[in-house]
Amino acid sequence: MTVTINGEQVEVATGTTLISYLKEKELPMEGLIIEYNGTIIYQDDWEKIEFIEGDKIEILTFVGGG
Amino acid sequence: MDKLIIGDLEIRNRLFIGSGKFANEAIIKDIMAETGVEVVTVALRRVDLKNSQNNVLNHIPKETILMPNTSGARTAEEAVRIARLARASGCGNWIKIEVISDNKYLLPDNNETIKATEILSAEGFVVLPYMHPDLYAAKALEKAGAAAIMPLGAPIGTNRGLKTKEIIRILIEECTLPIIVDAGIGKPSEALEAMEMGAAAVLVNTAIATAGDPLLMAKAFSQAVQAGRQAFLAQPGQTVDYARASSPLTGFLQD
Repeated sequence: MTVTINGEQVEVATGTTLISYLKEKELPMEGLIIEYNGTIIYQDDWEKIEFIEGDKIEILTFVGGG
Repeated sequence: MDKLIIGDLEIRNRLFIGSGKFANEAIIKDIMAETGVEVVTVALRRVDLKNSQNNVLNHIPKETILMPNTSGARTAEEAVRIARLARASGCGNWIKIEVISDNKYLLPDNNETIKATEILSAEGFVVLPYMHPDLYAAKALEKAGAAAIMPLGAPIGTNRGLKTKEIIRILIEECTLPIIVDAGIGKPSEALEAMEMGAAAVLVNTAIATAGDPLLMAKAFSQAVQAGRQAFLAQPGQTVDYARASSPLTGFLQD
């Protein structure tokens, strides 16, 4: 199925969860901010997210800025 | 004690720094340790899913007051979205509002900034709006619930100094909120001048991050900010047009 992650269309297997995707991408869990279909998801609720066709996910972090 | 209070926090060090453009972000920790800087800005961006990601927070001590900015926002609505996301990180409720749609000079859109300030302050954010210096806009930001006003000295990243000095002077005089000069300050002497005029603080990024020796430059800025603040508190003597002798005008030897 296709979901949009950080503006790019991505093919993921059915049953992919947010946590499994983050692990697959080897992203550190610390310091990430997740927006799922326009809603902010706090870390305690990340494990509840299972991707479905057409989802829009933003995975954000802090970078240097002025 | 001379303390700056923003939101409900007391700040001793009136030099705020930005964390962008450092060739080596690890130096930020050294700067903070050696200067006592307490407030640091960061930006929120999409994680790069193709390359390994460096999180700037790895280089910023935990006790730091983080001031995420809304850079990338072109409208109030976008700034509000970024601010809410930033707060979801659990790194506090300070937000530097930056709403810019002019890509050449990166000048802030005061109208959109006022709208975003109103929404975010009502949501409990400590809102520090980056603005184009203008008295009416500053008053509107005060009314909208801002915690401080951050007028630019010159366009972002130009190191051109306090080009907007006269208006900043008026904002300092007419606004009740702290005025923090943000953007454009290129040299410690310019930071000192802003503080001597009565600015509550200055926010410096490019001038430190792109200096030949960022740590040494940060120390120079820190000292300049302190000197400027002390000069302001000491109340400079008046300026006059004609000479006034500093030595007594009586008791000359030839009398």
